[in-house]
Amino acid sequence: MKIAVFLYQDESIWANATEAEQEQWMGEHDAFSEAARQRGKIIAGEALATVSTATTVRRHGDQVSLTDGPFAETAEQLGGFYVLDVPDLDVAVDLVKLLPEYTVELRPITEY
Amino acid sequence: MPGPSGDAHVVLERAWQDHWARLLALLVGRFRRLDLAEDALAEAFAAAVRTWPHDGIPDSPAAWLLTAARRRALDQVRAEAIARRREPLMVVDAEARAHAAQAIDVGGHVPDERLRMLFTCCHPALSADARAALALRFVNGLSVTEIARLFLVQESTMAARLTRAKKKVAAAGIPFTLPAADRLADRLDVVAAVIYLVFTAGYAPATGDDPVRTSSAAEAIRLAQVLDGLLPNQPVVLALLGLMTLQHSRRDARVADDGGLVLLPEQDRSRWHASEIRSGLDLLGRVPPDTSGLALEYLLQGRIAAEHASAARAADTRWHRIATLYAELEALTGSPVVRLARAVAVLEDDGPEAALALLAGLEDRLPHHHRLPAVRAELLARAGRAPEAVASFHAAIELCSNAAERDHLRRRAAEVGGQTGLGPEPSG
Repeated sequence: MKIAVFLYQDESIWANATEAEQEQWMGEHDAFSEAARQRGKIIAGEALATVSTATTVRRHGDQVSLTDGPFAETAEQLGGFYVLDVPDLDVAVDLVKLLPEYTVELRPITEY
Repeated sequence: MPGPSGDAHVVLERAWQDHWARLLALLVGRFRRLDLAEDALAEAFAAAVRTWPHDGIPDSPAAWLLTAARRRALDQVRAEAIARRREPLMVVDAEARAHAAQAIDVGGHVPDERLRMLFTCCHPALSADARAALALRFVNGLSVTEIARLFLVQESTMAARLTRAKKKVAAAGIPFTLPAADRLADRLDVVAAVIYLVFTAGYAPATGDDPVRTSSAAEAIRLAQVLDGLLPNQPVVLALLGLMTLQHSRRDARVADDGGLVLLPEQDRSRWHASEIRSGLDLLGRVPPDTSGLALEYLLQGRIAAEHASAARAADTRWHRIATLYAELEALTGSPVVRLARAVAVLEDDGPEAALALLAGLEDRLPHHHRLPAVRAELLARAGRAPEAVASFHAAIELCSNAAERDHLRRRAAEVGGQTGLGPEPSG
């Protein structure tokens, strides 16, 4: 099954982290990626720029409005995502345990 | 012809009771879909109702039902694939033939399949309510109507809850597998908590007029026995089963002839089930002494129940021992409800003033909980402070939604008020 892994964290944590901390977290992402490749596939995975760079677009009929900032203001922000192909939810849960301490939302991908 | 047709119905009824849950587990094991397995098995039973009275009862009803259900499930899978036009028909046919070739041995592998079913129904990705409903449906084989009655909700509400839960199991990718060894303990705790939720749903109904819905408690015990049979000697399961067995052994004495609730001291102890008490004590004795976490919590609760069960008369109860066990349980759980129960034990062990001191500050932690004013009322009554006790009983009556418990509280308010010439206050 394909499953999207959304990673949420207070952005300031990354911004204020020391280089050593950032390196450790990158190492954890590497370990996650390695394990994910062993138990399934990583279809996609990206880190996102901070929400201050986000643009929200709404269309009503012909009208398109642009707003500066993310769709929703939250205490923790969406900072990155993966798309995995794994056998089941338990495998996905096992894998995300290897990531740094994020709040992780697992969303199965609907296949048509 | 009433004879053969009557026999067929008896056999069918028995097949339903003996085999439904096992057959369902086998079908889910094969097709990995709860809804598909459930529908296919229902259709197989419907087909049996139609054909057995005429064609005769098959030699192995379970095998007949399984074959019929499997065929229907395959038809359904095929139909869905064609509808979606995703898989060419040939692939499906090849798959169907492969499935059909794998004859399922009705007797074999069943324990494994039922255990998987229980772990699937009690997956932590599901809500607590959904877990309990799924387990009762797919492990105990209760109907939606029966489950709705146990949880005191509308049948349509329960049907919707089950549909949502089944959808989540399928869409979220919850596997039909046994948990890995390093996750087993955590997952067993979740299963145990689900079982105890079902048990307490029968014992402490929030609303309704039936003080003890024993069938819910009996279903919980059945679930735990299934689990203990499939995965023997797990501390949390032994402790839970021991606890429930002991509490349930008193069921007949808890309800008076007029349907009212009978509290522990007034219960006719000859109506307790002695063999169940013995088996409950035996189960607790098998829990390793160095146990921790949820298993320890159930063990301590079980030991408290064991103290009550072992006292020949109410006066023989070892209240000091019970108060100590409650103190241990409170230290472990930090629960205000445990504090409340501990206060009752301390009342008997050390007197009402010591017990009242334990209730200080509980209002904030147990707001709107009728047991707090009810217990305080009893403590005040024992301390000889009747007017305060009566006021506290009425506060409890206001908050209590169970008719039998409300009647009991009114009776107590009248008794305590009557002793001092204070009439009961009018209550709405």
